[in-house]
Amino acid sequence: MRAEPEPEPKPDSAVVRDALGVGVAVGLSGFAFGVTSAGAGLTVLQTCALSLLVFTGASQFALVGALAAGGNPLTAAAGAFFLGVRNAFYGLRLSQLLALPRFVRPFAAHWVIDETTAVTLAQPTRRSARLGFTVTGLSLYVLWNLTTLLGGLGAEAIGDTDVWGLDAASPAVFLALLAPMLRTTMERAVGGLAVVLALGLLPVLPAGVPVLVAALAAPAVLYVQGRRTRNTVTEEAR
Amino acid sequence: MSVWIAIGATAVGCYLVKLLGLLVPAGALERPLVKRLAALLPVALLAALTAQQTFSTGQELMLDARGAGLAAAALALVLRAPFLVVVGAAVIVTAGVRAIGG
Repeated sequence: MRAEPEPEPKPDSAVVRDALGVGVAVGLSGFAFGVTSAGAGLTVLQTCALSLLVFTGASQFALVGALAAGGNPLTAAAGAFFLGVRNAFYGLRLSQLLALPRFVRPFAAHWVIDETTAVTLAQPTRRSARLGFTVTGLSLYVLWNLTTLLGGLGAEAIGDTDVWGLDAASPAVFLALLAPMLRTTMERAVGGLAVVLALGLLPVLPAGVPVLVAALAAPAVLYVQGRRTRNTVTEEAR
Repeated sequence: MSVWIAIGATAVGCYLVKLLGLLVPAGALERPLVKRLAALLPVALLAALTAQQTFSTGQELMLDARGAGLAAAALALVLRAPFLVVVGAAVIVTAGVRAIGG
């Protein structure tokens, strides 16, 4: 057992600056969510409830998108839920880094999302990880909810949101989250197959269902790849 | 009312998976297959959602100004632009193409 070299501590001001950079930039895009949600026919109250209670952007956009397309509410919720499952795996990584007391966890859990995880994982010490998580979470939560309200109220004033190109905001958010995930051939294969399934099944299946079927691209590609690996192993064994 | 049901189900479900991650002991979900599936599931969902919201309206496939907007977002991502710029580029280009009559 070799002793780990002590990581170089980072000044608190630098941690706060990084955290606020992410929190403010992403927090402001709550405006796009507010407008999209109101444009999808949700009330301002429903729109704000989503940002306050769900607080994971991709799932919120997915839900209002499915509802706007006329999807069944439970199918829409299922799509949003499956997208949110990734946060459980973020929590696994974060719980080791943050080492939170038990009574704090139910409160901290609400802030376990893409952005807080990214900032926390980038920190060298436990102290800066905790600071980064808290500052990112707090600034993002406050701003995201504030701009959601403004977007929801503004949508009525804006009128036809499509004229302003705001219907492109939601897919752009998904693309921005997706881009850093497409590192290997396997990830690209999953993405490509999911696109084909989603678009191919769209005209024939009820709204919201094609996305759920497209999710099966993940286990499908894993299975094919697993079989290939096994075949190579048996070939080599001969 | 059904919208509230969808909101409630999503809120409860999303909160519980976040909490689960913080509560389960490390190693419980550390099986390689589970980890790989967990990494690939968002890829499939995000790719499907991006394609659907760019190239369809309701149950019809269509190519319109949003395609140009997403191309602009993709370019911004390649240039390593910040999140807000990526979303802004998609919105502005989509609006611009529509204004020209695309």
